Parts: sequence; C-alpha cells; structure tokens
Amino acid sequence: MEVILAIIVGFMYAAGIYLILRRSLVKLIIGLIILGNGVNLLLFLLGGITKGHPPVIGESETFLAGVYADPLPQALILTAIIIIFGLQSFAMIFLQQEYVQGGVEDLDSIKEEEEEK
Amino acid sequence: MTTLILRTASVYLMPLLLLFSVFILLRGHYLPGGGFVGGLIASIALVVYGYANGINQIKSFLRFHPGALIPTGVSLSLISGLLPMFAGKPFMTNLWLDGTYPIIGQPGTALIFDTGVYFVVVGTALTIIFSIAEDNEK
Amino acid sequence: MLTAIVLCFAFALVFTLFGKHLRGRITYLTSLLPLSLFIYFLGLQNSLSSGGEFLSIYPWISSLGIDLSFRLDGLSQIFTLIITGIGFTVFLYAAEYLRGHPFLDRFYGYLLMFMGSMLGLVLSDNLITLFIFWELTSISSFFLIGFNHRDQKARKAALTALVITGGGGLFMLLGFVLMGMVAGTYSISEIVLMKSLFSDSIYLGLIVLALFAGAFTKSAQFPFHFWLPDAMRAPTPISTYLHSATMVKAGVYLLARFSPLFDGEIYWNEALILFGTITFIYGAAQSIFKTDLKAILAYTTIAALGIMVMLIGIGTSAAIYALLVFICVHALYKAGLFLVVGSIDKICGTRDITKIRGLRNTSVVLFVAALLAAISSAGLIPTIGYHGKHLIYSSVMESGAWGIGLLVLTIAASILLLCAGLLVGLKPFTGPVSPEVPLQKHTPPAMWITPLLLGLTGLGMGIFYRAPQELLFLPALESLHGGIVSKQMHLWSGTDTLFWLSWGTVLAGIILFVFFRPSHEYSKRDKKFKKFHSRYLLEQGVINVKRTFSFLTHVLQNGYLRYYTAVILTFLIVLISLRMYTGFENGYEFEFALDFTFNELATIIVMVVSILLAVFTTSRVVAVASLGGVGLCICLLFVYFSAPDLAMTQFTIDTLTVVLFVLLLKKLPLYLSKVDTGVNWRDLIISCTFGLLVTIITLEILFTGSVKEISNFYAENAYLLAKGKNVVNVILVDFRGVDTLIEITVLAVSGLGVFSLIRLKMGIDRER
Repeated sequence: MEVILAIIVGFMYAAGIYLILRRSLVKLIIGLIILGNGVNLLLFLLGGITKGHPPVIGESETFLAGVYADPLPQALILTAIIIIFGLQSFAMIFLQQEYVQGGVEDLDSIKEEEEEK
Repeated sequence: MTTLILRTASVYLMPLLLLFSVFILLRGHYLPGGGFVGGLIASIALVVYGYANGINQIKSFLRFHPGALIPTGVSLSLISGLLPMFAGKPFMTNLWLDGTYPIIGQPGTALIFDTGVYFVVVGTALTIIFSIAEDNEK
Repeated sequence: MLTAIVLCFAFALVFTLFGKHLRGRITYLTSLLPLSLFIYFLGLQNSLSSGGEFLSIYPWISSLGIDLSFRLDGLSQIFTLIITGIGFTVFLYAAEYLRGHPFLDRFYGYLLMFMGSMLGLVLSDNLITLFIFWELTSISSFFLIGFNHRDQKARKAALTALVITGGGGLFMLLGFVLMGMVAGTYSISEIVLMKSLFSDSIYLGLIVLALFAGAFTKSAQFPFHFWLPDAMRAPTPISTYLHSATMVKAGVYLLARFSPLFDGEIYWNEALILFGTITFIYGAAQSIFKTDLKAILAYTTIAALGIMVMLIGIGTSAAIYALLVFICVHALYKAGLFLVVGSIDKICGTRDITKIRGLRNTSVVLFVAALLAAISSAGLIPTIGYHGKHLIYSSVMESGAWGIGLLVLTIAASILLLCAGLLVGLKPFTGPVSPEVPLQKHTPPAMWITPLLLGLTGLGMGIFYRAPQELLFLPALESLHGGIVSKQMHLWSGTDTLFWLSWGTVLAGIILFVFFRPSHEYSKRDKKFKKFHSRYLLEQGVINVKRTFSFLTHVLQNGYLRYYTAVILTFLIVLISLRMYTGFENGYEFEFALDFTFNELATIIVMVVSILLAVFTTSRVVAVASLGGVGLCICLLFVYFSAPDLAMTQFTIDTLTVVLFVLLLKKLPLYLSKVDTGVNWRDLIISCTFGLLVTIITLEILFTGSVKEISNFYAENAYLLAKGKNVVNVILVDFRGVDTLIEITVLAVSGLGVFSLIRLKMGIDRER
C-alpha cells in the first residue's frame, strides 16, 4: 500500500505543479489546493501507516501500547490542513480581487500590465 | 440552491449541527474531535443556514459580526495559558479540576484553550465566506 | 613592531575621519611619523647585523593557527628602511605638491594606511596576516590611484589595478592555504625550513603557480604589467611611493622570501627567468618610446622589476645579493626621478618630453638632483647604481648555461634603461628654453630638497659602500640565503671583462641618448598592436562577461511568474537528480508492495480520475467538483489508516473549500481558449519529473524508516501527564499548546487579511 500511496503523492505533486504552471488564475488555485493535499498525504505517509489502531487510549488503559498509528504526524497534518485552508482562501480572494479590480485575466497579463505602467 | 427543501431542512439542521459541534469540541480530549473540527462543523452549520436563508438572516441570528469571534478566541486561548501563571506555574501548564464527567473527562484549562481554538476557527471561516458572499450580493 | 603598524593605522583613521578639521595645517608634521619609524628601525640595525632577529607574536585566531606574528630579519629590514625612508621624503614632498587640495587630509589618511599595511606585509611571519596586509596595500593603492575621483580615467585605472592585484592576491591565498596544509603551520619562518617536505608534496606545482599569480600581478610582470602605466594617473607622490619604490616590490619580496624554499624545484627558476627577461626587455623597449615623463618611468620600473624577478630566478647567492642591492638602488634613484618629474610637472604644467627644455637655468638644484638620480640609474661610478649594475652583470655572467644569452639581453636592456633615465633626468634641463611652455619660477623648497636628499643618499652609499654592505646587505643575504658571496661591492676592481662591459653600456646608452629624438609618432604606431595587448583581452573579457550575464538575466528574469516557477523547479530537479545519481543507495526490497483491500483500491482509482478531471477538464465547475472528490478520497484514506481526527477535519475543510470556490467562481475569469501545445508539453515533463522524484524520495524515506521516540513519549504520557485519551488532541492543546496558539493567530491573520481585502475594495467602490 505504501508504494501505491507514494505514487499517488508523486502524482498529486505533478498535477499540482502542472496546474500552477498554467496561465489561468482558476487553475493556479486548483493547483495550489491539490499540491496542499499532496503535502498532507506525504506527511501522513512518512509517519508510517497503520490500519485500525487510531491513537486514542482505550477505556480502561492509561497509555497507548502495542500497535497504534503515530499521533505526531497526525497532529502536524491537522494544523497543516487548517493553515492551508487559510492560505488558500487568502490566495483565492487575492487573485479574485486582482481580476475584479485590476482586470488581470491571467498570470501573464500581470507582467504585461506592469510593463504598461 | 435556495430550494424550499433546503430552507426548511436548514432551520432544523442548523441548531442540531451547532449542538453537534459543541459535543465534538467537548469530547475532543477523550475521543476524536476537538476545537478545530468542532469549529469547522459549526461554521458549516451556519454557512448552510446562510445559504438557504440569506446572509441577513444569519446576521440577525448571530447579532454580531463573526469577525468578533476571532479576537475572542485568541484571547480565550491566551488566558487559558496565562491562568497557571497566577498559580505560580509556568505558562501553558494545565490545571485540573477534581473528578471526571461524561464526555468531557477531567475538565481543565485545556478545555478553555480548545474553546478558544473553536471560536477562532468559526470566526475565521465565517468571516472569509460571509465577506465574499456580501461582496457577491452587491 | 605591532606598535609601529598600529600607529600607522590609528593615524590613518584619525586623518580620514577627522581630517577635515585639520585643514591641511599639520601636513609637514605627519612626515615625522615615517621619520621616527625610520630611526626606530635603524636603531634595531645594530643587533640585526650581528645575526639577531626580532620576533613578536600576538595571538589572534590561534585555533586556526593565525596569529599576528611579526619578524624582522635582514630582508624585511631592507624593505622597512625603504618604506619609512622613502615614505619620509614622499610625505614631505606631498605637503607641497598637493598644497591646498581639498582632500589633502584624506590623502594622508590613505597614505598612512598604505604605509602601515606595507610594513605589515614585509614584517608578517604568518601567511594569513601577510595576505591580509597584501590585500590592504591593494586597497589603499586603489584609493590612492583614484584619488582624483572626478577623473574618470583615474577611477578606471584604480579599478584595473585593484582587479589585477586583488585577483592575483586571491590566487596567492589559495597557494598560502595549500602551503599551510602541507606544512601544518602558517608560520613563514618555520615553512621556509621545510624544503624536503615541500619538494615531495603533490601540491608543489600548484603552490608555485599560485605564488606566481600573486607576485607577478603585484610586481607588474608581463603580461600583467599594464595596470602599472595606468596607475600613473595617481598624483606623482603616489607613483613615487607605491608604484615604484615600495608596493610593486611586494611581489619581489614574496618571491625572495620563499626563494630558499622553492629554489631548484620544478619550474621555479626557469619560469622566473623567462618572465623576468620578457618583462625587462618589454619594459625597457617601451620606455624610450614614450613621451610622457611618468610613462617613461613607469616602463623603466616594469623593466627593473623584471630584472629583479630574473635575479631571483637565477637564484645563486651572487644573484640574490645583487637583488638586495638593486632593490635599494632602484628605490633611491627611481623615487628621485619621480619626484623630479613631479616638480617639473608643477613648474611647466606639462609632462610632455618633447615640449620641456632648458630648465637648468631656472631650477639649478632640481637639475643637480635629477642628474644624481640619472647617473645612479645609468650606473656611473661612484653612485650606488654603479655597484648595483656590477653585481647584476657579474651574477648573470656566472648563471650557468644561459649566462651569455641572458647577459646580452641584460646589457641591451641596460642600454635602453640608461637612455630612458637620461631622457628624464637630463633632457628637460638641456637645450634652449622653450617658448611654448610658461615657466613658474618659484618652487617650494620641499620639492627640490627631497629628490636631492635621495640623490645624495645614493651617492653617499656608493662612495662609502662598506658600511651598508657590512651592516645591511650581507646580513640580509645571510638571513635569507645563508651563504656568502665572493663578488662584493668594489669601487675599483681592475680592468676586467666586467669593467669593459659596464663602460661599454654607458657609452652605448649615451650615444643612443644623443641621437634619439622622442616623438609622438611611436605611440601611434603602438596602437596598431592594440589587439595583442593583454589589457585589450581583459577589457574584452569584462565586456563579454557583462553581455553574457545581461543576456542570462534577460532570459531567466523575464517577469512571468510561471516562468520563474518553471526555472526554479527545473533547477531543483537537476539538483536532486544529481544527488540521487551519485548518492542513491539501491538494494531495498519492495516487500510490502501490493497489500490493499478493495475499498482502498476503489478510493485510489476515484482519486486518480478526479485529479485527471481537475487537471484536464475545460469546465471550471467540473474542476471544482473533482477537487471536492479528491478531498473526500483523502478523507477516506485517513479513515482507513486510523486517523479519525484528520478525516473529520479534512471532510469539513473540503466542504468549506468547495463552498468558497463556488462562491468565488462567479467572479473569476473563464478558462482561456488559447492552447500552446509546446509549453504544455514542457510543463508536463517538468511536473511529471518532479512528481517522480517526490515518489522516489518518499519510497527511500519509507524504506529507511523513521525515529519514533517523540511519538512514543506522547503516546505513553498523554493520559498520565495531560489527562487526555485522544493523543492527537492532547498534543495540540497541551504538549504543543504554544504552537497551536501561534497557529490560530496565523489563521486569524488570514481571516483578517481576507476581510480587509474585500473591505478595501468596498471602500474604493464607495469613493467612486
């Protein structure tokens, strides 16, 4: 499974980067989101994956023992998901405002606009 | 999107989801959940309601701008961290009350901290989405 | 000794910083510093002559073997005396020469800085400090050449000199570091004793090459000579001091200092003789065709430096002895000639040799001083120059197989140099007074006393040669070479071959001088060969480098964001691939490759399809919907692999993202219809390669395994210390609570950012 997930992670990176390299603003945003998801998955994968043993201590126990999923990357990813959300929404609205106010239709026109000034 | 079904459903869905989000927040220390998830569920509840009934409805329901939740939440978390300092312990040391309760487990400053997180998440998500929605309505 | 150097730098600082307030009032007094240092070093002479040496070490960076260690021996002593002695006359002279100059105090500041660094250079007993002082002399030379900073040519000349000497210095540093590696110490006095260690070292060739690079650039050897004539843009006292008497001899000093170590090793002698010979022939031949008095002197200086390098190349004790004497001889007469030229410049307002005539009537003392310097340069009895020439001739004659050839060349160069010396020292004073050049009658005393002083010193040392020979030159030779010489200075050694050669040279030189007419024609002819000149090569090189990088900048920094991303990624790909190519450890076994359930497989297939849809669809709505699909699939993966918290967060965030996107979509531009297939393929290749690299790295990390100590600590103590059972949550709100606090602050900032972005726009709308 790890191998497949590793391939998926690479695939998500490729898709994200390909979209970031396009001219369209919408594709840039989609690319950012996919790339963000890919990073989360990568972190998750690197922590090692375990089936059926969430890092929650049982009713009668006082500490995790035996096989359990690594809680540390999970905590990291949880914050990462939220932060990426904040970043993405900011990027989205920033680009949208560029379009609405600055008339920037695609990435290349930012540069052309600069030159006109 | 503002179909009759959604509008009707959202009226019942919103309080239920809000309640659920508080439940998720409280149980976070013992079972999956916590301030982040709880906050997100609460924002979804309000966003769905706003979708169905319009932004103004939700504004009159809330009675204040959701942005106000952000500083509230940050201060709450900060205070929870500062509290132990009055007890002569280092910053962010947890203080516990005696006894355990269902769902919550043993209540302590960690719960206040998590509530702060909850408020920040709700505040931020709603601020972002409502700002855009208001902008779109113009 | 440290005190002497620190004193120079301290005064230099005072003059550069607070010089304005002095307004040139105490310029004469500044010459007391070199004078007192001269007396101080002269005072040490007695104990030096009896074989002693002075060593003082001040720890600096001892852990790296770098100390401020200074050592005064015979060789250093010759240099310190020249530096302080000539320094004294130059300080005195400059006070008059630059009288009223608005930056006179700054000038003295630089000059003092130079004197300090030059003293440091010749006294250093540590390679690294020697290098530091070496570069300091280059830097002060830069400031002094460009002293007339409003003159564009002066600035250019300053930069050329800095690039050449500074660049050579860097090569020299490489050599020094290698020497330090081989010897295990940076102490020069210890290194020169390790001859056998160095001749066995594989770095020997490289070290010698690096030293050559440093010495040849500093001492203006062909083909690096051209910065020196350019440097004549500096005020004449500077040319006197730095570019003839002291700084340019630093390269010679370096070679002489290490000659005991490298003498007889690989190409040391041959290369030195070759470069020295080419340089002195070239310099001597060029010198007499120049019409600017300072240019003539510049080329004769180059020639003299060439002779010195050749003498080191010959390397016999007679040659080294001749070198030591010649350094002194040259400093005295060349400084004298330069000062005379400076005075002529002041009197006539020009340095053009074809225009200046008949100065003997107006400036008698200057004439005497010039004549003294000229006959010393000609090597006429009884000046010190006479001894210098004899020693050179005799050592060249005995230099072995090439002796006769070298001797012929040396004599030819000497004839030319003699003629050049007479052109400067005699020609301006003879003939009828030229009507075109208005003469300024009044010359301040300092401007003729100082060259006279130098001339008389040369004469005195020539007549009473025994004292300097016994006290200065022989001890210096012994400290450097450990040997004694049979041929010493004599005023009269009988009518042997040497006698006839010497007088033959003089006669030929005088005949040449009588029949030679300087003219501007020669320099025009010289311009035809411009393309073969090393300066031309350097300038072309600079232009080409500029052009290349302006082209590169244009290509790489074209202002398109996508392009920057692509370039950065490509570079990253190349970098990582290279690392993998060299450092990838293969041999991991794919043991847990294909153990998945149907659910997982289905999820992954859906995910791949969604991603492909999101990338290639032409509809924005489909793209956003597939984006939601990708998020949900990841959510499922979190569920499968025991991360309920993550699954819940991912699910809610995914929902919010899609809602946000749908809200925004109305006000975002449509997809473009333009399709650029070439660019698409290029980006596809870049992104796929990068994705592949990520996969490979991921697999490698997975197979290497990770450390679980931290995770285990949290897992074991979550309940015991933090009374929580959901370990992920406990980490967030308790163990790493401060991080979370900061994180929600970041989140709050992003919310406020969005809010203000939109409010900002609303404000603009309202204004309209």
